[in-house]
Amino acid sequence: MASIRCFLRSGKSAVSVVLRREFSKTSPAAVQVNVRDALNQAMDEELERDERVFLLGEEVAQYDGAYKVSRGLWKKYGDKRIIDTPITEMGFAGIAVGAAFAGLRPICEFMTWNFSMQAIDQVINSAAKTYYMSAGAQPVPIVFRGPNGSSAGVAAQHSQCFAAWYGHCPGLKVISPWSAEDARGLLKAAIRDNNPVVFLENELMYGVPFDLSEEVMHKDFVLPIGKAKVERQGTHITLVSHSRCVGFCLDAAAVLAKEGVECEVSVVL
Amino acid sequence: MQKMLTIISNVLRGSARRNGAQVVSEATSLVVASRSYADFTPEATFDIKKVDLHRLEEGPPLTATLTREEGLKYYRTMQTIRRMELKADQLYKQKIIRGFCHLYDGQEACAVGIEGGITLSDHLITAYRAHGYTLTRGGTVREIMAELTGRRGGIAKGKGGSMHMYTKNFYGGNGIVGAQVPLGAGVALACKYLGNDQLCVSLYGDGAANQGQIFETYNMSSLWKLPIIFICENNQYAMGTSVERSAASTEYYKRGDYIPGIRVDGMDVLCVREATKFAADHCRSGKGPILMELQTYRYHGHSMSDPGVSYRTREEIQEVRSKSDPISMLKDRMLSNNMASIEELKEIDIAVRKEIEDAAQFATTDPEPPLDDLCSHIFANDQPFEVRGATPWTKLTSTS
Repeated sequence: MASIRCFLRSGKSAVSVVLRREFSKTSPAAVQVNVRDALNQAMDEELERDERVFLLGEEVAQYDGAYKVSRGLWKKYGDKRIIDTPITEMGFAGIAVGAAFAGLRPICEFMTWNFSMQAIDQVINSAAKTYYMSAGAQPVPIVFRGPNGSSAGVAAQHSQCFAAWYGHCPGLKVISPWSAEDARGLLKAAIRDNNPVVFLENELMYGVPFDLSEEVMHKDFVLPIGKAKVERQGTHITLVSHSRCVGFCLDAAAVLAKEGVECEVSVVL
Repeated sequence: MQKMLTIISNVLRGSARRNGAQVVSEATSLVVASRSYADFTPEATFDIKKVDLHRLEEGPPLTATLTREEGLKYYRTMQTIRRMELKADQLYKQKIIRGFCHLYDGQEACAVGIEGGITLSDHLITAYRAHGYTLTRGGTVREIMAELTGRRGGIAKGKGGSMHMYTKNFYGGNGIVGAQVPLGAGVALACKYLGNDQLCVSLYGDGAANQGQIFETYNMSSLWKLPIIFICENNQYAMGTSVERSAASTEYYKRGDYIPGIRVDGMDVLCVREATKFAADHCRSGKGPILMELQTYRYHGHSMSDPGVSYRTREEIQEVRSKSDPISMLKDRMLSNNMASIEELKEIDIAVRKEIEDAAQFATTDPEPPLDDLCSHIFANDQPFEVRGATPWTKLTSTS
């Protein structure tokens, strides 16, 4: 994310960036999938593909996930690979990072990213910085994921957005997708990445359906991490956003289009 | 005996002009050569202190058998750690080592004893007082000292420093107090997950023992029966706060509550070894975690910025040094049981001194890492990318 902002800010390379940016996929829709199911399928496929991948977090197993994102996974993969933890974020985040040190590929779920503050030391000091401090001797292939940012009336302690906080830490890849396609492709890429990834979802997006093409539904569909995307073509002004607010930008663009202003909506992933 | 002494005195008189070390080594090699190794006891059994038990019916054995080879190896390793730490002290005072430097002298029996109870295919993680463990886990003195001086020949290429040294199955070297304990449990989880019969030793100090995340780790390790040995190196002081002033319960081996614990004399390398073997058996038999408290002592202050005498007396330090020094204890045992000769041990001392000198020389002359390394190793397995420096027009390339 940091490198993209860097590109966008330097005037000279703006044009070349526009030409290099991807257009959003408009291939024929194969199926309608909501973000929750896209994440669920992504994890399922990656668990199947690599024995070393496992999921741990509060209520991810027998409860099927606090927000049902991990529904069905425990039934399919069992106790060894889908692990319910006690309510001890700092402890289980540390355990997840240690498992990554020793060669496994954990997915550590925070029930919401607000609770990650209890474990933020493990995310930053143990996960993000280790590859650098060891001069490349110790990679940390871990994904931290969970809902981030605004929700529906859950008050201050449960509504913070951590994109800016985590985005400033070298050694961490921070992803904040909007659509089901992005969620799917980027979660798979995050799990396959050998670096610590902070994957910021949004609770209110979980139930939103999107059309996914056959190509996107392929089990090896991954999106490149760190590359921005144009959701809507436009010529007069660019709206840049991430996660749920992309939807608002698109709504705003639709309103403005009636007045003759064509907005380009760009998604920073 | 008389004949040997005559030989030695002749040699010494005849070489009055040559330097002392050469003379001693000549005399030593003469003595050693004239005394065959069949004279030494190959193996002896020693009584060791009984350990305190928590939630255990039986503890480690009350005797330990030491072979001559093991004894010499432990002696050499402990002496290497001792001299390496003292050299680091010297280099720090000369400002050749900067930043943090937490020295391990006094606690050598812990690192060496623990390694004697596990294998290199087991895993170990500790906090920032890590130079001794880096050595016992396979690092060389050269790499360690060059890392302390921040040079490219360092074990972390000069980017980690004193607190961030890594080798195979050794996960540092961790700066945040207590954070290494859940990390160690994660490594143990991986051992259980992969079914490789390995275990993880997770160390922390008396100061860290009050950290909440350690209790969280006790809980999960017990629930999931992880193959982890928790080891509390109790050197009586957390920086400058004594155990009585920081812990409501100073019986650290009992703090695991439902986790069985043992309290061990950490100044006796054989005690530590037998306790570690006992703990390792416990883990490998699938019984889950076990906790070991090692009662030990550090001669230096908490770090190089701490003289170490504002919160404890010089007399206390002196008393431990004279009564319980781990290296002296092993030396006395070996000599009084005829397992080695004074000269042989002196030869080891000389060899160790030379190794440390060479390492210090390397550490002082090796070049610092190149500027490009400042931004490299941010991400693993990635394409090189540009990182903006302090100004928009300064850029460095980051490679994996």
